Amino acid sequence: MPDWNQIRLDFPTLRQEVNGKPLVYLDSGATSQKPQVVLDSLARFYLKDNANVHRGIHALSMRATDAFEGARARTARFINAADSAEIVFTRGTTESVNLVASSWCSANLRKGDVVLLTEMEHHSNLVPWQQAAARAGATLRYVPVVGADAELGLDLEALDRLLTPEVKLFAFTHSSNTLGIINPAAELCARARKVGSLTLIDAAQSIGHLPVDVQALGCDFLAFSGHKMLGPTGIGVLYGRKALLDAMPPYQTGGGMISSVDFFESRWKPSPERFEAGTPNVADAVSLAVAMDYLDGIGREAIEAHDRELGAYMMESLADVSGIRILGPRAGMPRSGLVSFALADAHAHDVVTFADQDGIALRGGHHCNQPMMRKLGLASTSRASCYVYNTREDIDRMVASLRRIVKFFSGA
Amino acid sequence: MSDLTDLYQQVILDHNKRPRNRGKLPTANRVAHGDNPTCGDQCSVYLRLDGDRVAEISFDGSGCAISQASASLMTTQVKGKTPAEIEALFKNFHHIVTTGEMPEDISDIAAFAGVHTFPARIKCATLGWHAALNALKGDPTTVKTE
Repeated sequence: MPDWNQIRLDFPTLRQEVNGKPLVYLDSGATSQKPQVVLDSLARFYLKDNANVHRGIHALSMRATDAFEGARARTARFINAADSAEIVFTRGTTESVNLVASSWCSANLRKGDVVLLTEMEHHSNLVPWQQAAARAGATLRYVPVVGADAELGLDLEALDRLLTPEVKLFAFTHSSNTLGIINPAAELCARARKVGSLTLIDAAQSIGHLPVDVQALGCDFLAFSGHKMLGPTGIGVLYGRKALLDAMPPYQTGGGMISSVDFFESRWKPSPERFEAGTPNVADAVSLAVAMDYLDGIGREAIEAHDRELGAYMMESLADVSGIRILGPRAGMPRSGLVSFALADAHAHDVVTFADQDGIALRGGHHCNQPMMRKLGLASTSRASCYVYNTREDIDRMVASLRRIVKFFSGA
Repeated sequence: MSDLTDLYQQVILDHNKRPRNRGKLPTANRVAHGDNPTCGDQCSVYLRLDGDRVAEISFDGSGCAISQASASLMTTQVKGKTPAEIEALFKNFHHIVTTGEMPEDISDIAAFAGVHTFPARIKCATLGWHAALNALKGDPTTVKTE
Protein backbone atom coordinates (compact mmCIF):
# COMPACT_ATOMS: atom_id res chain seq x y z
CA MET A 1 0.00 0.00 0.00
CA PRO A 2 1.44 3.41 -0.90
CA ASP A 3 1.92 5.88 1.95
CA TRP A 4 -0.56 8.55 0.89
CA ASN A 5 0.61 11.02 3.53
CA GLN A 6 4.13 10.69 2.13
CA ILE A 7 2.87 11.17 -1.43
CA ARG A 8 1.18 14.42 -0.42
CA LEU A 9 4.59 15.85 0.45
CA ASP A 10 5.64 15.56 -3.21
CA PHE A 11 3.22 18.39 -4.11
CA PRO A 12 4.62 21.84 -3.29
CA THR A 13 1.31 23.64 -4.03
CA LEU A 14 -0.37 21.81 -1.18
CA ARG A 15 2.08 23.23 1.36
CA GLN A 16 0.27 26.49 1.89
CA GLU A 17 -2.47 28.12 3.86
CA VAL A 18 -5.55 29.61 2.24
CA ASN A 19 -7.48 32.14 4.29
CA GLY A 20 -5.39 31.16 7.30
CA LYS A 21 -6.19 27.43 7.04
CA PRO A 22 -4.06 24.62 5.62
CA LEU A 23 -5.18 24.08 2.01
CA VAL A 24 -7.45 21.12 1.32
CA TYR A 25 -7.51 20.69 -2.44
CA LEU A 26 -10.63 18.87 -3.61
CA ASP A 27 -10.77 20.14 -7.18
CA SER A 28 -8.64 17.61 -9.04
CA GLY A 29 -11.54 16.89 -11.40
CA ALA A 30 -10.86 20.35 -12.81
CA THR A 31 -7.09 20.09 -12.70
CA SER A 32 -4.60 18.17 -10.60
CA GLN A 33 -1.68 19.58 -8.66
CA LYS A 34 1.82 18.73 -9.92
CA PRO A 35 4.50 16.75 -8.12
CA GLN A 36 7.99 18.23 -7.77
CA VAL A 37 9.40 15.81 -10.39
CA VAL A 38 7.10 17.25 -13.06
CA LEU A 39 8.04 20.81 -12.14
CA ASP A 40 11.73 19.82 -12.22
CA SER A 41 11.26 18.26 -15.65
CA LEU A 42 9.78 21.49 -17.05
CA ALA A 43 12.68 23.51 -15.68
CA ARG A 44 15.26 20.97 -16.83
CA PHE A 45 13.96 20.98 -20.39
CA TYR A 46 14.09 24.74 -20.69
CA LEU A 47 17.41 24.98 -18.83
CA LYS A 48 19.27 22.26 -20.74
CA ASP A 49 17.57 20.77 -23.78
CA ASN A 50 15.42 23.50 -25.28
CA ALA A 51 15.42 23.40 -29.08
CA ASN A 52 12.94 22.80 -31.82
CA VAL A 53 12.30 19.17 -32.66
CA HIS A 54 12.69 17.24 -35.93
CA ARG A 55 14.84 18.33 -38.85
CA GLY A 56 17.49 19.53 -36.40
CA ILE A 57 21.06 18.42 -36.74
CA HIS A 58 22.59 20.15 -33.74
CA ALA A 59 22.96 18.53 -30.35
CA LEU A 60 20.17 20.30 -28.51
CA SER A 61 17.70 19.68 -31.31
CA MET A 62 18.56 16.00 -31.30
CA ARG A 63 18.17 15.85 -27.51
CA ALA A 64 14.83 17.62 -27.68
CA THR A 65 13.65 15.32 -30.48
CA ASP A 66 14.71 12.24 -28.54
CA ALA A 67 12.93 13.48 -25.43
CA PHE A 68 9.77 14.35 -27.40
CA GLU A 69 9.63 11.04 -29.25
CA GLY A 70 10.55 9.29 -26.01
CA ALA A 71 7.47 10.89 -24.45
CA ARG A 72 5.37 9.53 -27.29
CA ALA A 73 6.72 6.03 -26.73
CA ARG A 74 6.14 6.40 -22.99
CA THR A 75 2.54 7.45 -23.65
CA ALA A 76 2.00 4.44 -25.90
CA ARG A 77 3.23 2.19 -23.08
CA PHE A 78 1.07 4.03 -20.55
CA ILE A 79 -2.12 3.13 -22.41
CA ASN A 80 -0.79 -0.04 -24.04
CA ALA A 81 -1.10 1.22 -27.60
CA ALA A 82 0.30 -1.20 -30.17
CA ASP A 83 2.43 1.47 -31.86
CA SER A 84 3.74 4.91 -30.78
CA ALA A 85 2.55 6.25 -34.15
CA GLU A 86 -0.95 5.91 -32.67
CA ILE A 87 -0.19 8.71 -30.20
CA VAL A 88 -0.99 12.24 -31.41
CA PHE A 89 -0.04 15.08 -29.08
CA THR A 90 -2.72 17.75 -28.80
CA ARG A 91 -3.52 20.61 -26.42
CA GLY A 92 -5.86 18.44 -24.39
CA THR A 93 -9.00 16.34 -24.41
CA THR A 94 -11.03 19.08 -26.09
CA GLU A 95 -8.66 19.37 -29.01
CA SER A 96 -8.40 15.58 -29.30
CA VAL A 97 -12.18 15.25 -29.61
CA ASN A 98 -12.34 18.17 -32.02
CA LEU A 99 -9.66 16.57 -34.14
CA VAL A 100 -11.78 13.44 -34.64
CA ALA A 101 -15.04 15.37 -34.96
CA SER A 102 -13.46 17.55 -37.61
CA SER A 103 -11.15 15.21 -39.51
CA TRP A 104 -12.74 11.79 -39.25
CA CYS A 105 -16.28 13.11 -39.57
CA SER A 106 -15.50 15.21 -42.64
CA ALA A 107 -14.33 12.08 -44.45
CA ASN A 108 -16.75 9.54 -43.02
CA LEU A 109 -19.93 11.03 -41.59
CA ARG A 110 -22.80 11.28 -44.07
CA LYS A 111 -26.41 12.41 -44.18
CA GLY A 112 -28.59 9.97 -42.25
CA ASP A 113 -25.71 8.68 -40.12
CA VAL A 114 -25.90 8.80 -36.35
CA VAL A 115 -23.36 9.73 -33.69
CA LEU A 116 -24.26 8.13 -30.38
CA LEU A 117 -23.37 9.93 -27.14
CA THR A 118 -24.47 9.59 -23.53
CA GLU A 119 -26.39 12.15 -21.50
CA MET A 120 -23.50 12.44 -19.05
CA GLU A 121 -21.00 13.84 -21.56
CA HIS A 122 -18.95 16.90 -20.75
CA HIS A 123 -19.65 19.72 -23.22
CA SER A 124 -16.26 18.99 -24.80
CA ASN A 125 -17.52 15.56 -25.89
CA LEU A 126 -20.89 16.90 -27.00
CA VAL A 127 -20.61 20.25 -28.75
CA PRO A 128 -17.98 19.07 -31.31
CA TRP A 129 -20.37 16.26 -32.34
CA GLN A 130 -23.30 18.66 -32.62
CA GLN A 131 -21.20 20.71 -35.01
CA ALA A 132 -19.94 17.71 -36.98
CA ALA A 133 -23.45 16.25 -37.25
CA ALA A 134 -24.84 19.57 -38.44
CA ARG A 135 -22.15 19.80 -41.14
CA ALA A 136 -22.80 16.23 -42.34
CA GLY A 137 -26.59 16.19 -42.03
CA ALA A 138 -26.20 13.44 -39.44
CA THR A 139 -28.10 13.21 -36.16
CA LEU A 140 -27.19 12.65 -32.52
CA ARG A 141 -28.62 10.08 -30.14
CA TYR A 142 -28.07 9.83 -26.42
CA VAL A 143 -27.88 6.88 -24.05
CA PRO A 144 -30.05 8.05 -21.14
CA VAL A 145 -28.82 8.51 -17.59
CA VAL A 146 -31.36 6.80 -15.34
CA GLY A 147 -31.94 6.08 -11.67
CA ALA A 148 -32.44 7.90 -8.39
CA ASP A 149 -29.87 10.52 -7.26
CA ALA A 150 -27.54 8.06 -5.56
CA GLU A 151 -28.20 5.21 -8.00
CA LEU A 152 -27.48 6.87 -11.31
CA GLY A 153 -26.06 5.09 -14.32
CA LEU A 154 -26.35 4.65 -18.07
CA ASP A 155 -29.45 2.87 -19.30
CA LEU A 156 -27.62 -0.11 -20.77
CA GLU A 157 -30.90 -1.80 -21.72
CA ALA A 158 -31.64 1.09 -24.08
CA LEU A 159 -28.32 0.53 -25.82
CA ASP A 160 -29.57 -2.25 -28.12
CA ARG A 161 -32.38 -0.01 -29.31
CA LEU A 162 -29.99 2.92 -29.84
CA LEU A 163 -27.08 1.05 -31.40
CA THR A 164 -28.48 0.55 -34.89
CA PRO A 165 -26.41 0.20 -38.09
CA GLU A 166 -26.82 3.97 -38.71
CA VAL A 167 -24.55 4.62 -35.75
CA LYS A 168 -21.11 5.33 -37.16
CA LEU A 169 -19.45 6.50 -33.98
CA PHE A 170 -20.18 6.07 -30.29
CA ALA A 171 -18.39 8.64 -28.10
CA PHE A 172 -18.69 8.34 -24.34
CA THR A 173 -16.94 9.28 -21.17
CA HIS A 174 -14.99 6.67 -19.25
CA SER A 175 -15.54 8.40 -15.91
CA SER A 176 -18.16 11.10 -15.37
CA ASN A 177 -16.89 14.52 -14.26
CA THR A 178 -20.14 15.18 -12.38
CA LEU A 179 -21.50 11.84 -11.21
CA GLY A 180 -18.39 9.96 -10.17
CA ILE A 181 -19.59 7.03 -12.28
CA ILE A 182 -17.11 4.81 -14.11
CA ASN A 183 -18.77 3.41 -17.21
CA PRO A 184 -18.23 -0.18 -18.44
CA ALA A 185 -16.09 1.05 -21.32
CA ALA A 186 -14.97 -2.33 -22.66
CA GLU A 187 -18.57 -3.56 -22.80
CA LEU A 188 -19.72 -0.37 -24.54
CA CYS A 189 -16.96 -0.72 -27.15
CA ALA A 190 -17.78 -4.38 -27.74
CA ARG A 191 -21.47 -3.65 -28.26
CA ALA A 192 -20.70 -0.77 -30.63
CA ARG A 193 -18.33 -2.92 -32.64
CA LYS A 194 -21.12 -5.48 -33.21
CA VAL A 195 -23.04 -2.94 -35.28
CA GLY A 196 -19.92 -1.69 -37.02
CA SER A 197 -19.68 1.58 -35.07
CA LEU A 198 -16.35 3.10 -34.10
CA THR A 199 -15.81 4.24 -30.53
CA LEU A 200 -14.17 7.23 -28.90
CA ILE A 201 -13.54 7.23 -25.17
CA ASP A 202 -13.23 10.52 -23.31
CA ALA A 203 -10.69 9.46 -20.71
CA ALA A 204 -10.12 12.94 -19.23
CA GLN A 205 -11.30 11.85 -15.77
CA SER A 206 -10.08 8.24 -15.85
CA ILE A 207 -6.55 8.54 -17.20
CA GLY A 208 -4.13 8.62 -14.33
CA HIS A 209 -6.83 7.37 -11.96
CA LEU A 210 -7.08 3.75 -13.08
CA PRO A 211 -5.36 1.39 -15.51
CA VAL A 212 -6.27 2.33 -19.11
CA ASP A 213 -5.39 -0.24 -21.76
CA VAL A 214 -6.70 0.73 -25.20
CA GLN A 215 -6.32 -2.79 -26.55
CA ALA A 216 -8.21 -4.34 -23.65
CA LEU A 217 -10.88 -1.64 -23.90
CA GLY A 218 -11.16 -2.22 -27.65
CA CYS A 219 -11.70 1.46 -28.47
CA ASP A 220 -10.84 3.13 -31.77
CA PHE A 221 -10.03 6.55 -30.32
CA LEU A 222 -9.20 7.71 -26.81
CA ALA A 223 -8.76 11.32 -25.72
CA PHE A 224 -7.17 12.73 -22.58
CA SER A 225 -5.42 15.73 -21.05
CA GLY A 226 -2.10 15.92 -19.24
CA HIS A 227 -3.13 18.42 -16.58
CA LYS A 228 -5.68 16.19 -14.88
CA MET A 229 -3.05 13.44 -14.42
CA LEU A 230 -0.36 15.45 -12.61
CA GLY A 231 1.13 16.73 -15.88
CA PRO A 232 1.30 20.27 -17.28
CA THR A 233 -1.56 22.18 -18.87
CA GLY A 234 -1.62 22.60 -22.64
CA ILE A 235 -0.67 19.04 -23.50
CA GLY A 236 -3.02 16.18 -24.28
CA VAL A 237 -3.26 13.05 -26.32
CA LEU A 238 -5.39 11.54 -29.01
CA TYR A 239 -4.94 7.82 -29.37
CA GLY A 240 -6.26 6.42 -32.65
CA ARG A 241 -5.84 3.09 -34.35
CA LYS A 242 -3.08 3.49 -36.93
CA ALA A 243 -5.15 2.43 -39.93
CA LEU A 244 -7.87 4.96 -39.00
CA LEU A 245 -5.45 7.83 -38.43
CA ASP A 246 -3.60 7.18 -41.68
CA ALA A 247 -6.88 7.34 -43.60
CA MET A 248 -7.95 10.63 -42.03
CA PRO A 249 -7.41 14.05 -43.63
CA PRO A 250 -5.31 16.64 -41.76
CA TYR A 251 -6.90 18.67 -39.00
CA GLN A 252 -4.58 21.66 -39.18
CA THR A 253 -1.95 22.18 -41.85
CA GLY A 254 1.44 23.83 -41.98
CA GLY A 255 4.99 22.89 -41.13
CA GLY A 256 5.97 19.55 -39.68
CA MET A 257 3.00 17.62 -41.11
CA ILE A 258 3.88 17.59 -44.81
CA SER A 259 5.96 15.16 -46.81
CA SER A 260 6.28 17.60 -49.73
CA VAL A 261 4.88 20.99 -50.68
CA ASP A 262 4.41 22.43 -54.12
CA PHE A 263 3.02 25.89 -54.90
CA PHE A 264 -0.40 24.42 -55.61
CA GLU A 265 -0.61 21.14 -53.73
CA SER A 266 0.96 19.24 -50.85
CA ARG A 267 1.30 15.74 -49.52
CA TRP A 268 0.92 14.71 -45.92
CA LYS A 269 3.07 12.67 -43.64
CA PRO A 270 1.45 9.65 -42.05
CA SER A 271 0.19 9.84 -38.48
CA PRO A 272 1.08 11.05 -35.95
CA GLU A 273 2.99 13.91 -37.66
CA ARG A 274 0.06 14.54 -40.02
CA PHE A 275 -1.91 15.83 -37.03
CA GLU A 276 0.86 17.84 -35.40
CA ALA A 277 1.25 20.91 -37.59
CA GLY A 278 3.62 23.54 -36.25
CA THR A 279 6.11 23.35 -33.42
CA PRO A 280 4.73 20.92 -30.88
CA ASN A 281 4.51 21.48 -27.13
CA VAL A 282 7.79 19.71 -26.41
CA ALA A 283 8.47 20.65 -22.78
CA ASP A 284 4.98 19.73 -21.68
CA ALA A 285 4.96 16.42 -23.57
CA VAL A 286 8.31 15.47 -22.00
CA SER A 287 7.02 16.43 -18.55
CA LEU A 288 3.77 14.54 -19.10
CA ALA A 289 5.88 11.41 -19.57
CA VAL A 290 7.47 12.15 -16.18
CA ALA A 291 3.98 12.34 -14.65
CA MET A 292 3.27 8.92 -16.15
CA ASP A 293 6.41 7.52 -14.51
CA TYR A 294 5.33 9.06 -11.22
CA LEU A 295 1.82 7.57 -11.45
CA ASP A 296 3.14 4.14 -12.33
CA GLY A 297 5.55 4.45 -9.43
CA ILE A 298 2.51 4.61 -7.14
CA GLY A 299 0.58 2.07 -9.19
CA ARG A 300 -2.65 2.78 -10.99
CA GLU A 301 -4.53 -0.10 -9.34
CA ALA A 302 -3.63 1.41 -5.97
CA ILE A 303 -4.79 4.86 -7.11
CA GLU A 304 -8.07 3.39 -8.36
CA ALA A 305 -8.65 1.72 -5.00
CA HIS A 306 -7.72 4.92 -3.12
CA ASP A 307 -10.17 6.97 -5.24
CA ARG A 308 -12.95 4.43 -4.79
CA GLU A 309 -12.40 4.33 -1.05
CA LEU A 310 -12.45 8.13 -0.73
CA GLY A 311 -15.48 8.39 -3.03
CA ALA A 312 -17.43 5.88 -0.94
CA TYR A 313 -16.30 7.60 2.27
CA MET A 314 -17.57 10.93 0.92
CA MET A 315 -20.97 9.44 0.02
CA GLU A 316 -21.18 8.01 3.53
CA SER A 317 -19.99 11.15 5.35
CA LEU A 318 -22.23 13.49 3.38
CA ALA A 319 -25.36 11.34 3.74
CA ASP A 320 -26.62 12.92 6.96
CA VAL A 321 -25.85 16.56 6.11
CA SER A 322 -29.23 18.21 6.39
CA GLY A 323 -31.06 18.84 3.11
CA ILE A 324 -28.39 17.32 0.87
CA ARG A 325 -28.92 15.73 -2.56
CA ILE A 326 -25.96 13.52 -3.45
CA LEU A 327 -25.38 12.34 -7.00
CA GLY A 328 -23.56 9.12 -7.75
CA PRO A 329 -23.68 5.49 -8.74
CA ARG A 330 -25.28 2.75 -6.64
CA ALA A 331 -23.14 1.59 -3.73
CA GLY A 332 -20.83 -1.17 -4.91
CA MET A 333 -20.79 0.01 -8.56
CA PRO A 334 -17.47 1.19 -10.02
CA ARG A 335 -16.92 4.76 -8.85
CA SER A 336 -14.26 7.43 -8.75
CA GLY A 337 -13.18 9.76 -5.97
CA LEU A 338 -15.54 12.49 -7.14
CA VAL A 339 -18.90 13.37 -5.60
CA SER A 340 -21.26 16.19 -6.44
CA PHE A 341 -24.08 17.36 -4.26
CA ALA A 342 -26.66 20.10 -3.80
CA LEU A 343 -27.80 21.62 -0.52
CA ALA A 344 -31.41 22.72 -0.10
CA ASP A 345 -30.42 25.74 1.96
CA ALA A 346 -27.33 26.99 0.13
CA HIS A 347 -26.55 27.45 -3.53
CA ALA A 348 -23.36 25.85 -4.89
CA HIS A 349 -21.56 29.17 -5.24
CA ASP A 350 -22.34 30.13 -1.68
CA VAL A 351 -21.05 26.70 -0.62
CA VAL A 352 -17.81 27.15 -2.56
CA THR A 353 -17.27 30.64 -1.15
CA PHE A 354 -17.81 29.39 2.41
CA ALA A 355 -15.59 26.33 1.95
CA ASP A 356 -12.87 28.56 0.48
CA GLN A 357 -12.90 30.60 3.69
CA ASP A 358 -12.09 27.32 5.45
CA GLY A 359 -9.18 26.72 3.05
CA ILE A 360 -11.10 24.07 1.10
CA ALA A 361 -11.09 24.16 -2.71
CA LEU A 362 -14.35 22.87 -4.20
CA ARG A 363 -16.04 23.54 -7.52
CA GLY A 364 -19.59 24.77 -7.99
CA GLY A 365 -21.66 25.10 -11.11
CA HIS A 366 -23.01 22.97 -13.93
CA HIS A 367 -19.61 21.29 -14.50
CA CYS A 368 -20.02 21.60 -18.30
CA ASN A 369 -22.92 19.16 -18.08
CA GLN A 370 -25.82 21.53 -18.70
CA PRO A 371 -28.21 19.17 -20.50
CA MET A 372 -27.87 16.43 -17.90
CA MET A 373 -28.12 18.85 -14.98
CA ARG A 374 -31.33 20.21 -16.48
CA LYS A 375 -32.66 16.66 -16.75
CA LEU A 376 -31.83 16.05 -13.08
CA GLY A 377 -33.60 19.29 -12.19
CA LEU A 378 -30.44 20.97 -10.92
CA ALA A 379 -29.01 24.32 -11.97
CA SER A 380 -25.73 23.63 -10.22
CA THR A 381 -24.01 21.37 -7.74
CA SER A 382 -20.94 21.55 -5.56
CA ARG A 383 -18.30 19.01 -6.41
CA ALA A 384 -15.45 17.51 -4.42
CA SER A 385 -12.90 15.46 -6.35
CA CYS A 386 -9.99 13.53 -4.88
CA TYR A 387 -6.64 12.33 -6.06
CA VAL A 388 -3.45 10.75 -4.76
CA TYR A 389 -2.75 13.57 -2.28
CA ASN A 390 -6.14 13.47 -0.54
CA THR A 391 -6.97 11.66 2.65
CA ARG A 392 -10.01 10.99 4.83
CA GLU A 393 -9.01 13.98 6.98
CA ASP A 394 -9.57 16.27 3.96
CA ILE A 395 -13.09 14.92 3.61
CA ASP A 396 -13.75 15.28 7.33
CA ARG A 397 -12.75 18.94 7.10
CA MET A 398 -15.04 19.48 4.12
CA VAL A 399 -18.01 17.83 5.82
CA ALA A 400 -17.46 19.90 8.98
CA SER A 401 -17.39 23.03 6.83
CA LEU A 402 -20.60 21.98 5.04
CA ARG A 403 -22.38 21.50 8.34
CA ARG A 404 -21.45 25.06 9.32
CA ILE A 405 -22.73 26.31 5.96
CA VAL A 406 -26.08 24.57 6.39
CA LYS A 407 -26.40 25.99 9.89
CA PHE A 408 -25.57 29.49 8.70
CA PHE A 409 -28.10 29.52 5.88
CA SER A 410 -30.91 27.56 7.52
CA GLY A 411 -30.64 29.70 10.64
CA ALA A 412 -31.09 32.94 8.72
CA MET B 1 -15.90 34.13 9.54
CA SER B 2 -15.79 37.94 9.67
CA ASP B 3 -15.39 38.32 5.91
CA LEU B 4 -18.25 35.91 5.43
CA THR B 5 -20.60 37.70 7.75
CA ASP B 6 -19.69 40.88 5.88
CA LEU B 7 -20.56 39.16 2.64
CA TYR B 8 -23.73 37.52 3.89
CA GLN B 9 -25.27 40.40 5.81
CA GLN B 10 -28.64 39.87 7.46
CA VAL B 11 -30.30 41.99 4.77
CA ILE B 12 -28.93 39.64 2.12
CA LEU B 13 -29.88 36.47 3.96
CA ASP B 14 -33.34 37.88 4.52
CA HIS B 15 -33.89 38.76 0.86
CA ASN B 16 -32.55 35.35 -0.13
CA LYS B 17 -34.97 33.55 2.18
CA ARG B 18 -37.92 35.84 1.59
CA PRO B 19 -37.48 37.36 -1.84
CA ARG B 20 -39.61 40.43 -2.61
CA ASN B 21 -41.48 40.83 -5.88
CA ARG B 22 -40.70 37.35 -7.03
CA GLY B 23 -42.54 35.77 -9.95
CA LYS B 24 -43.74 36.75 -13.39
CA LEU B 25 -45.53 40.04 -13.83
CA PRO B 26 -48.57 39.56 -16.10
CA THR B 27 -48.85 43.29 -16.80
CA ALA B 28 -45.18 43.72 -17.74
CA ASN B 29 -44.37 45.62 -20.91
CA ARG B 30 -40.61 45.08 -20.60
CA VAL B 31 -38.74 41.82 -19.97
CA ALA B 32 -35.06 40.89 -19.96
CA HIS B 33 -33.04 37.88 -18.88
CA GLY B 34 -29.71 37.73 -17.13
CA ASP B 35 -27.55 34.67 -17.30
CA ASN B 36 -24.34 33.73 -15.55
CA PRO B 37 -23.10 30.79 -17.64
CA THR B 38 -20.32 29.58 -15.33
CA CYS B 39 -22.49 29.08 -12.27
CA GLY B 40 -25.88 28.73 -13.92
CA ASP B 41 -27.39 31.76 -12.15
CA GLN B 42 -30.45 33.02 -13.97
CA CYS B 43 -32.57 36.06 -13.45
CA SER B 44 -35.51 37.39 -15.43
CA VAL B 45 -36.76 40.88 -14.76
CA TYR B 46 -40.32 41.93 -15.64
CA LEU B 47 -41.40 45.51 -15.38
CA ARG B 48 -44.19 47.83 -16.38
CA LEU B 49 -43.01 51.20 -17.50
CA ASP B 50 -45.75 53.77 -17.05
CA GLY B 51 -44.75 57.00 -18.75
CA ASP B 52 -41.13 57.35 -17.68
CA ARG B 53 -41.47 55.56 -14.36
CA VAL B 54 -41.26 51.92 -13.34
CA ALA B 55 -44.78 51.31 -12.03
CA GLU B 56 -44.32 47.62 -11.25
CA ILE B 57 -41.37 45.25 -11.25
CA SER B 58 -40.69 41.61 -10.44
CA PHE B 59 -37.96 39.08 -10.92
CA ASP B 60 -37.72 35.35 -11.28
CA GLY B 61 -34.85 32.95 -11.45
CA SER B 62 -32.49 30.74 -9.55
CA GLY B 63 -29.00 31.13 -8.26
CA CYS B 64 -26.80 31.84 -5.30
CA ALA B 65 -27.85 33.88 -2.27
CA ILE B 66 -25.97 36.93 -3.52
CA SER B 67 -27.61 36.97 -6.96
CA GLN B 68 -31.12 36.31 -5.70
CA ALA B 69 -30.96 38.71 -2.77
CA SER B 70 -29.49 41.41 -4.98
CA ALA B 71 -32.26 41.00 -7.56
CA SER B 72 -34.88 41.07 -4.82
CA LEU B 73 -33.46 44.19 -3.22
CA MET B 74 -33.06 45.81 -6.62
CA THR B 75 -36.82 45.47 -7.29
CA THR B 76 -37.59 47.30 -4.04
CA GLN B 77 -35.17 50.09 -4.93
CA VAL B 78 -36.15 50.84 -8.50
CA LYS B 79 -39.92 50.83 -8.20
CA GLY B 80 -41.33 54.29 -8.92
CA LYS B 81 -38.07 55.55 -10.41
CA THR B 82 -37.18 56.79 -13.88
CA PRO B 83 -34.57 55.01 -16.03
CA ALA B 84 -32.07 57.82 -15.37
CA GLU B 85 -32.57 57.50 -11.62
CA ILE B 86 -32.18 53.74 -11.84
CA GLU B 87 -28.95 54.06 -13.79
CA ALA B 88 -27.62 56.40 -11.12
CA LEU B 89 -28.63 53.86 -8.46
CA PHE B 90 -26.83 51.11 -10.31
CA LYS B 91 -23.71 53.23 -10.59
CA ASN B 92 -23.83 53.70 -6.85
CA PHE B 93 -24.41 49.98 -6.29
CA HIS B 94 -21.60 49.03 -8.65
CA HIS B 95 -19.28 51.36 -6.78
CA ILE B 96 -20.24 49.73 -3.47
CA VAL B 97 -19.69 46.14 -4.63
CA THR B 98 -16.40 46.86 -6.36
CA THR B 99 -14.81 49.13 -3.74
CA GLY B 100 -16.63 48.39 -0.49
CA GLU B 101 -17.09 52.11 0.04
CA MET B 102 -20.37 53.07 1.70
CA PRO B 103 -22.56 55.73 0.16
CA GLU B 104 -23.41 58.87 2.08
CA ASP B 105 -27.10 58.08 2.34
CA ILE B 106 -26.96 54.60 3.82
CA SER B 107 -29.59 52.36 2.32
CA ASP B 108 -30.10 48.60 2.17
CA ILE B 109 -27.89 48.29 -0.88
CA ALA B 110 -24.92 49.12 1.36
CA ALA B 111 -25.35 45.56 2.66
CA PHE B 112 -23.54 44.45 -0.48
CA ALA B 113 -20.32 46.26 0.42
CA GLY B 114 -18.84 42.94 1.62
CA VAL B 115 -18.94 41.60 -1.94
CA HIS B 116 -15.87 43.63 -2.90
CA THR B 117 -13.54 41.28 -1.00
CA PHE B 118 -14.91 38.39 -3.10
CA PRO B 119 -14.25 39.56 -6.68
CA ALA B 120 -15.59 36.31 -8.13
CA ARG B 121 -19.00 37.17 -6.69
CA ILE B 122 -19.39 40.67 -8.13
CA LYS B 123 -21.03 39.22 -11.22
CA CYS B 124 -23.59 37.50 -8.97
CA ALA B 125 -24.46 40.77 -7.27
CA THR B 126 -24.91 42.70 -10.51
CA LEU B 127 -26.88 40.08 -12.49
CA GLY B 128 -30.38 41.35 -11.60
CA TRP B 129 -29.36 44.96 -12.12
CA HIS B 130 -28.01 44.26 -15.59
CA ALA B 131 -31.23 42.47 -16.50
CA ALA B 132 -33.29 45.42 -15.21
CA LEU B 133 -31.22 47.96 -17.15
CA ASN B 134 -31.61 45.88 -20.31
CA ALA B 135 -35.34 45.66 -19.75
CA LEU B 136 -35.45 49.44 -19.48
CA LYS B 137 -33.54 49.81 -22.72
CA GLY B 138 -36.11 47.52 -24.31
CA ASP B 139 -33.31 45.09 -25.16
CA PRO B 140 -34.72 41.62 -24.70
CA THR B 141 -31.44 39.80 -25.40
CA THR B 142 -29.97 37.79 -22.56
CA VAL B 143 -27.25 39.61 -20.70
CA LYS B 144 -24.31 37.57 -19.52
CA THR B 145 -22.32 38.71 -16.54
CA GLU B 146 -19.04 37.08 -17.46
